[in-house]
Amino acid sequence: MSRVHVTCTINGDPAEFLCDGGQTLLDALRDEVGLTGAKEGCGTGDCGACSIVMDGRLLCSCLVLAPEADGRNISTVEGMATGDDLHPLQQCFLEGAALQCGVCTPGFLVAAKALLDRNPDPDETEIRYGLAGNLCRCTGYDKIVRAVQAAAQTMNES
Amino acid sequence: MLSAMKYASPTTVAEAVDLLGSEPDARVYAGATDLIPQIRAGRPEPTVMVDLKRIARLCAISSNGSTHTVGAATPTADICAHDGLAAAFPGLVEASGLIGSDQIQSRSSWGGNLANASPAADTPPSLIVNDARAVIAGPGGERTVAAADVATGPGTTSLGPGEIIVEFELDEPPARTADAYLRLIPRTEMDIAVVGAAARVTLDGDGRVAAAAIALGAVAPTVVRVPDAEAALIGNEPAGDALAAVEAAAAAATNPIDDKRGTVAYRRQVAGVLARRAVSIAAERAARQGGQS
Repeated sequence: MSRVHVTCTINGDPAEFLCDGGQTLLDALRDEVGLTGAKEGCGTGDCGACSIVMDGRLLCSCLVLAPEADGRNISTVEGMATGDDLHPLQQCFLEGAALQCGVCTPGFLVAAKALLDRNPDPDETEIRYGLAGNLCRCTGYDKIVRAVQAAAQTMNES
Repeated sequence: MLSAMKYASPTTVAEAVDLLGSEPDARVYAGATDLIPQIRAGRPEPTVMVDLKRIARLCAISSNGSTHTVGAATPTADICAHDGLAAAFPGLVEASGLIGSDQIQSRSSWGGNLANASPAADTPPSLIVNDARAVIAGPGGERTVAAADVATGPGTTSLGPGEIIVEFELDEPPARTADAYLRLIPRTEMDIAVVGAAARVTLDGDGRVAAAAIALGAVAPTVVRVPDAEAALIGNEPAGDALAAVEAAAAAATNPIDDKRGTVAYRRQVAGVLARRAVSIAAERAARQGGQS
């Protein structure tokens, strides 16, 4: 059957790809566009490893059909750094060792950025609730929360 | 997976109804937070996914002063950020905010929550105590039914072939009226209700209950109204014996299952406790409103 032609914006750049009608946006980003930052963990919207932002909304790309992206503005973890300059969240995750195996990290970074975009100075409880949709199998939550706090501080001081 | 499906994104209700009638295995695709996991778990693939989210009417929130209208596919994140809805229906908005993570909040909706017909869904009890009406469109045109009459059992609804929920209508509550919703889950986030309890209370000028509605989720195949608890409140202050009667009546009204989240006995007891507390919170909110009017 014929494939669907999708035209959208990804990380600020115009993008287009072909996908199947029933392909998830996660699979299309990884397999058609070549952006492999978003990961498939559960495939059911529970773990957040596939988190992206579409038209300003944080969501699980495993629960989105790829054709829905037509005309939309998508942000993925690949768009967070500016050239070689890491985003403060990425820098703080690195410095604070807020990752162990790393599979959940792109999703946590995207979700944490969405949280800070909405609430630049969250307290610990707000961070924990804000990241409740992201699971870390290595259970490194404490360092992740500290890294988000440090990044918020860095961003608010600059 | 999912590769053989077609995807359609109508921009009008009429177009969506036509598409849903065009193929026997066409399915509504809104937030898909339950639909895609169900298909992954082995449920037969639809032939066409009909995306409702590009129909403006299904994603709009409006009010004409006496009636609030909320599109059936409006993300609960938008509902929770809406000051007018939070002021008029604090409990319904709380229930909306309890659905899943921030990621899920971007996609979950009242229409999906109701039409998916999970007995444990969070918003139907609150929609029901607020007498919400569902506007349904189908091949025969539009009809309006009580939200309470949409779900008929676990995973089953009264929606006919090709019918979709377009929007919900909620009348602006009378003076000294407020609602509340409480849910018990085994953890603090990201789980399914063991019991959910919604209450709405209207107080008279003397602080006695003039009208009450109580509805329980996750304790029967569909949402359970508790008329005995409502009757016990009328004419009384929401305290003491009246609240004890609410607790007893709510526990007695349940018909729960045993599962990993709770036993029958546990669900019965928790239903009584949450109903009593939800009534108290709703009454406190209603009383605070009264002080301002």
